[in-house]
Amino acid sequence: MKKLSARRRHPLAALVVLLVALTAIGGLYAALAPAPKAQADDSSQSLAIEEGKKLYTVGCSSCHGTSGQGGSDGPSLVGVGSAAVDFQVGTGRMPAQQPGAQVPRKKVIYTQKQIDQLAAYIASLGPGPVTPTEEQYDPAGANAARGGELFRTNCAQCHNYQGKGGALTNGKYAPTLEGVSNKHLYEAMLTGPQNMPSFPDATMPEENKREIIAYLDAVNGEGAPSPGGMSLGSLGPVTEGLFGWIFGLGALIACAIWLAAHTTKAKKS
Amino acid sequence: MSQDMSEENLPDRPAHEGGSQVATAENPFADPGFPAHQPRRQDIDEKAARSSERTVAFLFTVSMLATLGFIASFVVIPIDKIVYIWPLGHISALNFALGMTLGVSLFAIGAGAVHWARTLMSDVEVADDRHAIAASPEVRAKVMAEFATGTGESQIGRRKLIRNTMLGALTLVPLSGVFLLRDLGPLPEDKLRHTLWSKGRLLINQNTNKPLRPEDVAVGSLTFAVPEGLEEEQHDYQEQLAKAALMIVRIQPNDIKDKKSRDWAHQGILAFSKICTHVGCPISLYEQQTHHVLCPCHQSTFDLSDGARVIFGPAGHALPQLHISVNGEGYLEALGDFEEPVGPAFWERG
Amino acid sequence: MSTNTSASAKPRGKAPAGERVADWADGRLGIYSLGKANLRKIFPDHWSFMLGEIALYSFIIIILTGVYLTLFFHPAMNEVVYDGSYAPLQGIKMSEAYASTLHISFDVRGGLLVRQIHHWAAIVFVAAMLVHMMRVFFTGAFRKPREINWVFGFLLLFLGMFDGFMGYSLPDDLLSGTGIRFMEGAVLSVPIVGTYLSFFLFGGEFPGAEVVPRFFTIHVLLIPGIMAGLLVAHLILIVYHKHTQWAGPGKSEKNVVGMPFFPVYTAKAGGFFFVVFGVIAAMSALVSVNPVWAYGPYRPDQVSTDAQPDWYMGFSEGLIRIMPGWEINFAGHTLVLGVFIPLVIFPLVLGFMGVYPFLESWVTGDKREHHLLDRPRNRPVRTGIGAAWISLYLILLVGGGNDLFATRFHLSINAITWVVRISFFVLPVLVFFITKRICLGLQRRDRDKVLHGRETGIIKRLPHGEFIEIHEPLEQGALFKLTQHEQPKPLEVGPEVDENGVEKKVGPTAKLRAKLSRGYYGEGTQIDKPTVEEYEEITSGHGHH
Repeated sequence: MKKLSARRRHPLAALVVLLVALTAIGGLYAALAPAPKAQADDSSQSLAIEEGKKLYTVGCSSCHGTSGQGGSDGPSLVGVGSAAVDFQVGTGRMPAQQPGAQVPRKKVIYTQKQIDQLAAYIASLGPGPVTPTEEQYDPAGANAARGGELFRTNCAQCHNYQGKGGALTNGKYAPTLEGVSNKHLYEAMLTGPQNMPSFPDATMPEENKREIIAYLDAVNGEGAPSPGGMSLGSLGPVTEGLFGWIFGLGALIACAIWLAAHTTKAKKS
Repeated sequence: MSQDMSEENLPDRPAHEGGSQVATAENPFADPGFPAHQPRRQDIDEKAARSSERTVAFLFTVSMLATLGFIASFVVIPIDKIVYIWPLGHISALNFALGMTLGVSLFAIGAGAVHWARTLMSDVEVADDRHAIAASPEVRAKVMAEFATGTGESQIGRRKLIRNTMLGALTLVPLSGVFLLRDLGPLPEDKLRHTLWSKGRLLINQNTNKPLRPEDVAVGSLTFAVPEGLEEEQHDYQEQLAKAALMIVRIQPNDIKDKKSRDWAHQGILAFSKICTHVGCPISLYEQQTHHVLCPCHQSTFDLSDGARVIFGPAGHALPQLHISVNGEGYLEALGDFEEPVGPAFWERG
Repeated sequence: MSTNTSASAKPRGKAPAGERVADWADGRLGIYSLGKANLRKIFPDHWSFMLGEIALYSFIIIILTGVYLTLFFHPAMNEVVYDGSYAPLQGIKMSEAYASTLHISFDVRGGLLVRQIHHWAAIVFVAAMLVHMMRVFFTGAFRKPREINWVFGFLLLFLGMFDGFMGYSLPDDLLSGTGIRFMEGAVLSVPIVGTYLSFFLFGGEFPGAEVVPRFFTIHVLLIPGIMAGLLVAHLILIVYHKHTQWAGPGKSEKNVVGMPFFPVYTAKAGGFFFVVFGVIAAMSALVSVNPVWAYGPYRPDQVSTDAQPDWYMGFSEGLIRIMPGWEINFAGHTLVLGVFIPLVIFPLVLGFMGVYPFLESWVTGDKREHHLLDRPRNRPVRTGIGAAWISLYLILLVGGGNDLFATRFHLSINAITWVVRISFFVLPVLVFFITKRICLGLQRRDRDKVLHGRETGIIKRLPHGEFIEIHEPLEQGALFKLTQHEQPKPLEVGPEVDENGVEKKVGPTAKLRAKLSRGYYGEGTQIDKPTVEEYEEITSGHGHH
């Protein structure tokens, strides 16, 4: 120690201490922070962006422009975020087949990996809503009843009380929410695809979105009960009236015809 | 094989009564008279009749069994049990079991009775004479005379004072009933003109129950708000909510065509009444690209980028807009009540 | 009787118990005279005569199930927090009315079934009444002496619709609350008194706490009471007038041919009650109706798309939806035509049917009794009017469901609304003329059938190679049936100048009436039915049958 204290005042001592300290901090950072992973991610991220750009150029650029700036056939994608891409491509809406009142849901043509690459590329164009992680949209433990209340306030006016969809102006429509994955439900609320308004976290926090998803799972999910019997599409009194007329009154009139018909006579000749 | 032979299709018809046969000779279109009764198989074949009897008894037995089934289902099946039955879906087991057993037990009684009537009870058609509804002149004259006697005896024609005061009394007496209806409700006064909104009231986000800040409201988003101070517990919550509900959207200020609307907005944040001006449905089918909002009840369509004027449907005037601004703490606030009554139009609206 | 020795000689209690009870009742109620008149009352057999019975029986089913529902339903609007079995609503604030409806559906065994039977029966009830009314319309069964009974039936339909609407409003779910909100808007649109009416109806501002209990009393007591009275009167008149019947051999205006009430119709009609009840119970087991739990409790700031009334109010919904938004402001007042005009047209559309018997008898001048039914084809103008009315009704139903037509058929809701707007004026006219033409075509076919016989479908080759189809002459019963109907002549205004050369005053009403009458029975409204001479000339000419 003596030796050390003797060299304390050495002109290079400060430099040595600084180096040691920097090394220590750097080592500590390297040990504690997920730096190596981040580094690996970085490279795979940039790789994904590269791949995404290639996919974009082939599949999307004709409408949205060579670098996502938008064109006459498609809006700008700068700042829409990866969540929007994951929703639009992940539900098959994009790439669109033809212009129309609304781009419908159809068969998904990209793999999830390709979708993630596309999303990475679009996200690199400008900051926007990020694809949610599973714990963000997992409805487990969320209050479904509260979700129902939120659904009726925010969603049912377009998507119907059971999420069966409904009409909008001039041929546009709110699609059915049946069979839509929880992730896509979450992304739709977050980003507001096409004519749907968005419900960003600032006005509808993550917890609310999970509650809404929990409600939809309970009433419109796989195996959701319809205690009274066949639900007739859960479309309200119109289908009920139609059924009452055709099957109810129809069956009763058939009975009346049977009741009033002449009974078979004994063979005459 | 049995053949369905309704009366008019029978190839050879039985001889008619003499009278109508005479008519036949003269007039081919004359009424040939009632055709003779054709027996059913059950009328001439006891085997067929017994088969019918068995069918009826079988149906009545089915009904009894179904009723027992109903009772058993009621006792055995738990009320919350859900079963999958194709093609109905996941339905209540109890509702299905009770309904089907009840349906069968009732239908079988009906079917049995009808089958009995159709196959075993006499199917000989009988004619019954009709009689004129109107009375004969003699009866009419007699009733008229009796009525005249009665009127005369009452002296109502002679004593006009009695007649007139009686009519007066009978006319006035229902008025009491009309007055009794007065307290069905309070007078409207100007209740329809005011909502809970007033200067300085914050806009409370209905999802979070927190006051909204301008930076919360993104372009293309849709938010619903109620006035600060409206609590679910208060006794007139529903009545206040029915007038004060607000729909908040944000449109790029350059895209807002109506100048007054732009001025009443805060940096493109527009607050419109959520209550349709047609008949009061909560209107909120907002298309963020077209800025149109559609009413789900009767399809009135409003353009929020143009002062919420009506562009389609049965609504008669634009959605009222709430003049908003931002307060010192950075929260959105109302600058007063709506300038015009919200919701459906009414006579005094002006 | 008491001195009858043979009777007194019998040991006590020899008469069967049933007979003794009947004797007892007869001594107090006179049931034997009633039975003498009615036990063997004749009812003609035809399926279309059972339509009214479907309505009658659904009404009884509605009363039975309705009484059961009142045992559990609380018509109260105080707010409660739901804690019943339906998980997606637990902890939600709602009115007691809604909570008790959920209780009936999820916590009362069989409650859901009874609720569904009640609702399905209501849907079938109004449908059956409407079909029954159209049956009576197209066959002319509303003519003298049955006009009053037609009016009773019409009132039953009208009241049935409103009672249905009231019942739909009671559970206080999101859908029914939306319906009540519409009603508030509709009442507010009434000029001068609308605002006051609304405040009296709701006991203040919408929604208030009064509307459900008030509707409840109207729904379970007032309207059903009036309907029960009308129904009894309707039935008594049916028995009193005796049923109408189709023309045919042996059937005339002077008689009624069919089966006796006891036993055949006791079994058939009584059995039919069970059939109707059974079918509706099975429907309620299989198919969900008005799932109130799915709609959620009513809150005036919430709504769901597919907000429609039950079908019988659908045509008024259509009227409301297709109406342009006209509003007139003057002198500090607002005339809300966009809502008020549909509100006025709605009873007019129905009311036209209500007064039709009187219109027709005024136009045709027909004041005779009619007990034989018209075949619709033989009255082309009436049939055309009925078909036009139905087309109007249907197009308005389409208008009332325009959003569902838009989504299910991938159409634009705006386009559908415009189509309905135009069809409202054009379609009934078109349907009227098409129906009239079809009727005339059918009359022509009847005429050919009478004169040339029935087409047998047998092709015969004549010796010189010609192919002919053999026509089989009709038998007399069929000939009678096809030729028995009357072909009335239109009313004439009469000569403008009488035989003395004095000008007769003919009022504009009389002229209008004559014109309408020509429209009914004048040229181009019927094909002359074959005469005996024509028939004989043709049959003697083709004597080769």
